[in-house]
Amino acid sequence: MGDLFDKFDPIIAEKAALLATGVNDPFNLVMEKVHSPTEATVNGRETILVGTYNYMGMTFDPNVIAAGKQALDEFGAGTTGSRVLNGTYQGHREVEEALKDFYGTSHAMVFSTGYQANLGLMATMAARGEYIILDADSHASIYDGCAMGNADIVRFRHNSVEDLDKRLGRLPAEAGKLVVLEGVYSMLGDIAPLKEMVAVAKKHGAMVVVDEAHGMGFFGPNGRGVYEAAGVEADVDFVVGTFSKSVGTVGGFVVSNHPKFEVLRLVCRPYVFTASLPPSVVATAATSIRKLKHAHNKRQHLWGNSRKLHSGLKAKGFTIATETAESAIIAVLMPGQEACARMWSALIELGVYVNMARPPATPAGMFLLRCSLCAEHRAEQVDIIIDRFVQAAEIAGISLNA
Amino acid sequence: MAHTRDTILPKLLELIEPLNRKGIALSEDTSFASDLELDSLTVMDLVANIEDEYDIILPMNLLPELETIGQLADAVAKIVNG
Repeated sequence: MGDLFDKFDPIIAEKAALLATGVNDPFNLVMEKVHSPTEATVNGRETILVGTYNYMGMTFDPNVIAAGKQALDEFGAGTTGSRVLNGTYQGHREVEEALKDFYGTSHAMVFSTGYQANLGLMATMAARGEYIILDADSHASIYDGCAMGNADIVRFRHNSVEDLDKRLGRLPAEAGKLVVLEGVYSMLGDIAPLKEMVAVAKKHGAMVVVDEAHGMGFFGPNGRGVYEAAGVEADVDFVVGTFSKSVGTVGGFVVSNHPKFEVLRLVCRPYVFTASLPPSVVATAATSIRKLKHAHNKRQHLWGNSRKLHSGLKAKGFTIATETAESAIIAVLMPGQEACARMWSALIELGVYVNMARPPATPAGMFLLRCSLCAEHRAEQVDIIIDRFVQAAEIAGISLNA
Repeated sequence: MAHTRDTILPKLLELIEPLNRKGIALSEDTSFASDLELDSLTVMDLVANIEDEYDIILPMNLLPELETIGQLADAVAKIVNG
């Protein structure tokens, strides 16, 4: 009799071999206490957090917390229902209003997670005989949405305008097409050439969705994302985003100006067949989004932190995935899985939390230590992070560039 | 010049050879998953190269059905001449 778990044996063995080298498990960490957007207690040690995607530091904002507490008191712990049945409360309406105001769009639709927003949009918008054209480095939620739907799926080489153009040119002119782009690609922290890519998509008559999960809050004059900074708002049909990064809670959304957009509430399965977000969550999200609109100083501070960490690590001899700080993600390249885990483990013991990332999540078989900056990081915290990276490299036996 | 399965198969073997890290003898019966053990990123590169060689689209959702190099040659021949 076959044990259905046998197929996972190679993964179980790989993990056991890694842990046998004596490193801490990078994928089994517990935050015992969280003190602020940038500090927590981990393994009993005070730790600087630089791998949380909490870009704008809204998780402990006093207005955000107060809004959540009030909603918990007034509306209860959860909705116990789908958005299309009993799960749309006043708070869900209000957060959709806050999104429409933030993005300047006529429609906004809130999902229970960002993953579900992508799952729903990809699976629903393109049907049999239609095409989804996506960047090879797209997030798992985009790939999973494609797998769930019936469209033909075409990939183009990461961030290659020419490759996108070529592939669109091979598709039937009359067929419906959806081009899927991301503002910031979260593994390497690189941004997409959206001005050129959106122009190419429009030339071929495709609709365009841009995922701004890692760009919301600090790109563009209103913090809408990379697409706003690129000046292509008029040509983008859908923006997908999340509440679990700059907004500081959990949830996902799609905004659009398309006149028929509201029909998605009836046909999008990951919207219909799941419970809606708790009232406290939508209340914290709405308050946070309203504050993000005016968070100009925070944006500047975040960019300053990101540039400081990038140049600091580079000066110490680390190899960074991007030539300059293109976003708030600074990805440090490691020579291999074991070295990466040793370095991660040394950092956590020195009191710095970063993300370890490895294939298949990373492109081209890369092993990365990913830092994501927060607007609430103080300059001296960034200095400490850089110092501890140097110490950790010595402990882990990783040689730095001269 | 028209492409047929007979011209496509040798071209595919040529495109796949650099990915043949185990150095096995490639034939139309060679399986991508069990013989070549290609990871998803390598497959992506291969697909893009085949698409560019023949100026076609090889949709990702077709790939799970293509287990061997011979089946891939059949699929490419069908698309090229479709």
